[in-house]
Amino acid sequence: MVGKKKRKGGKTLVNIVLGVICFLWLLPTLGLFISSFRPAADILQTGWWKVFPHQEWTAGETLQLSKDVDLREPIEVNGKTYSDDELKAGVKADDSRLIWENRRARTVNVQEQGWETVPELTLDNYNNVLSGKEYTLKEADGSETKQKGTGLSQAFWNTLTIAVPATVIPVLIASFAAYAFAWLRFPGRKTLFVIIIAMLVIPIQVALIPVLKDYTALGLNGSYLGIWLAHTAFGLPLVTYFMYNFISQLPKDLFESAFIDGASHFTIFSRLILPLSVPALASIGIFQFLWVWNDYLVSLIFIGNQPSVQVMSMKIADLVGSRGNDWHLLTSAAFISMLMPLAIFFLLQKYFVRGLMGGSVKG
Amino acid sequence: MDAQIKAKPGVRGTQAKQKISIRAVLLSLGVLLANIVVNGLIFLFFRDSTLNPLLTAVLAVLWGVLGVYLIYYTLTWAAEQYPDHIRKRVLPFIFVGPAVLILGWLLILPALRTLYLSFFNASSEKFVGFGNYAAIFSDRLMATALRNNLLWVFVGTLACVCLGLLIAILADRSSYEKIAKSIIFMPMAISFVAAGVIWKFVYYYQPGDEQIGLLNAIVTFFGGEPQAWTSMLQPWNNFFLIIILIWMQTGFAMVIFSAAIKGVPDDILEAARVDGAGEIKIFFGIMIPFISTTILTVTTTIIVFTLKIFDVVMVMTGGQYDTEVVATQFYRQFFMYRNFGYGSTLAIVLLIAVLPVILINLRQFRKQGGF
Repeated sequence: MVGKKKRKGGKTLVNIVLGVICFLWLLPTLGLFISSFRPAADILQTGWWKVFPHQEWTAGETLQLSKDVDLREPIEVNGKTYSDDELKAGVKADDSRLIWENRRARTVNVQEQGWETVPELTLDNYNNVLSGKEYTLKEADGSETKQKGTGLSQAFWNTLTIAVPATVIPVLIASFAAYAFAWLRFPGRKTLFVIIIAMLVIPIQVALIPVLKDYTALGLNGSYLGIWLAHTAFGLPLVTYFMYNFISQLPKDLFESAFIDGASHFTIFSRLILPLSVPALASIGIFQFLWVWNDYLVSLIFIGNQPSVQVMSMKIADLVGSRGNDWHLLTSAAFISMLMPLAIFFLLQKYFVRGLMGGSVKG
Repeated sequence: MDAQIKAKPGVRGTQAKQKISIRAVLLSLGVLLANIVVNGLIFLFFRDSTLNPLLTAVLAVLWGVLGVYLIYYTLTWAAEQYPDHIRKRVLPFIFVGPAVLILGWLLILPALRTLYLSFFNASSEKFVGFGNYAAIFSDRLMATALRNNLLWVFVGTLACVCLGLLIAILADRSSYEKIAKSIIFMPMAISFVAAGVIWKFVYYYQPGDEQIGLLNAIVTFFGGEPQAWTSMLQPWNNFFLIIILIWMQTGFAMVIFSAAIKGVPDDILEAARVDGAGEIKIFFGIMIPFISTTILTVTTTIIVFTLKIFDVVMVMTGGQYDTEVVATQFYRQFFMYRNFGYGSTLAIVLLIAVLPVILINLRQFRKQGGF
């Protein structure tokens, strides 16, 4: 009885600790999310948490002190004395706060505490960051400046253009290879597969310089084809390994009966293996898709500074470098780039986790 | 390379030693040639394509699925024009061929070429032997990069594994396991670039009273001085960058540990509890030994990942303020200074660092009875 009770008390503690950790984990993303909807001037003036109701001192009645108060002496206000510095920073007196309103005119403001929110939210940041057109921006002091949008929508489509073929092609090629490794016997099979396993964790940096040289010679630099092929090659070892693990676990009888019926390997593969592998294909496909979607290094090297092909991660990294203080752009741009991964994460979590666990060895 | 007969095993198996017909040879050569020409043209088309990118993407997907599928289809068809014994030999190579060709061209050969280049000077003209290796280990910038990489690997991995284990165990006992795991795991889905922006905002510093960066707001709330966390606070700024890695990778460790913990048999745990073992004793005495292989796998995975860390540093500091790591230094040497010698050498250093992991992987594979 006692033990059970103790464990129950322990459970509350566990829940609280876990709750705190989860809160800490969510906080950075939450800040980004909220900020992306705040007007540009607001983001720079107040922290994003000010969006929530919070207590703040608000201006109240004004007290006029006598004109000849000496600021170097203690100053008497409502029967109590304060120093000049205290009144500059604001000083608490009972339920209110005293602060200079106009030091020269010797007026003091009695501030009251009240609940305050900065609820103004807007979609402007998203419009600005997505379009490539000029837009006007209201500064904190009321003046207006013109800025050019970043044209992130173009980058969004570029990323999609790169990510979809760079997922489909390696998955298909790797599945064929995995089938051969799992169910066909041929000389060199062992050696080839060992090489593929060795390639799993290889840092792609070792390939970049020579591949870039080849690409320059072939005119593939900055083209979609070049980057599809690069992602295909860098993704192949993992996808092959993953598909091999799946296909080699399929029951042997399946193949034998199909063989006896006179089916060729090609038919077996396309009619039997592919349909059976759909869950595995989905898992590894999602992994590869997100890998390409989130990639920065490969695009940076093979796309370089061709703006028409640039992907989102490059655009955002550029923004960080060139407009590091324009938080209205950075927050919304980052959030746009997160939309696809988050959607996949929440909608296809099962496949995502499976692909990630299998794909964890990737380099 | 290719070829065979339409011999259904069991039906026409007795004719296995059939002669190769001229028709089959011509057909297979034709098919091979047609494939090369057609795909070469498609290659040129995509390379020089000026079409709307979306349309290109649609075409590319079509090519990626149908085109690649057709390559396999036509080649296996050609192979089927040959007698059984030849077909059996050739077919596997058709299946693995494209994968091997692409891997060879874009991964294996380049790796060897990089190794070769690492023995040459900046413009790859003069042989310098191990000069580059000697140089990068004595250069001050490189020394910083190597030190930082060690810091990343050691601190980052340790924190990810410990936190991941802790959260996995907490989640296992809590009433909100699923949602908690989702929250911790979520950062895995987003890119390092986006994560960089998120954390840059947390660490943001501006002179003056009002801090909009969360960390500085907390610090000033408690009466501290605001800091420029990622730049001025050397060498501690590295730790603030490592926190980003921890934030992203702990979820991965947690998910895998969580699965492993569920595999610990309940009756062993119950028996230990009956014997009066405390939860802490159970954790160290039973759980840890039981999931030790999983811990090893997760650790090596995160080490490999951390060794190659690039995006975070690039986005947060660009490698300035003594936050350089090997991968960013590689990029700098390769792209900015055009020093192919140093660049290649750095890539090879990374490769040497993951070599033990490659060997572990291979041994593991052999142990699991692969081949």
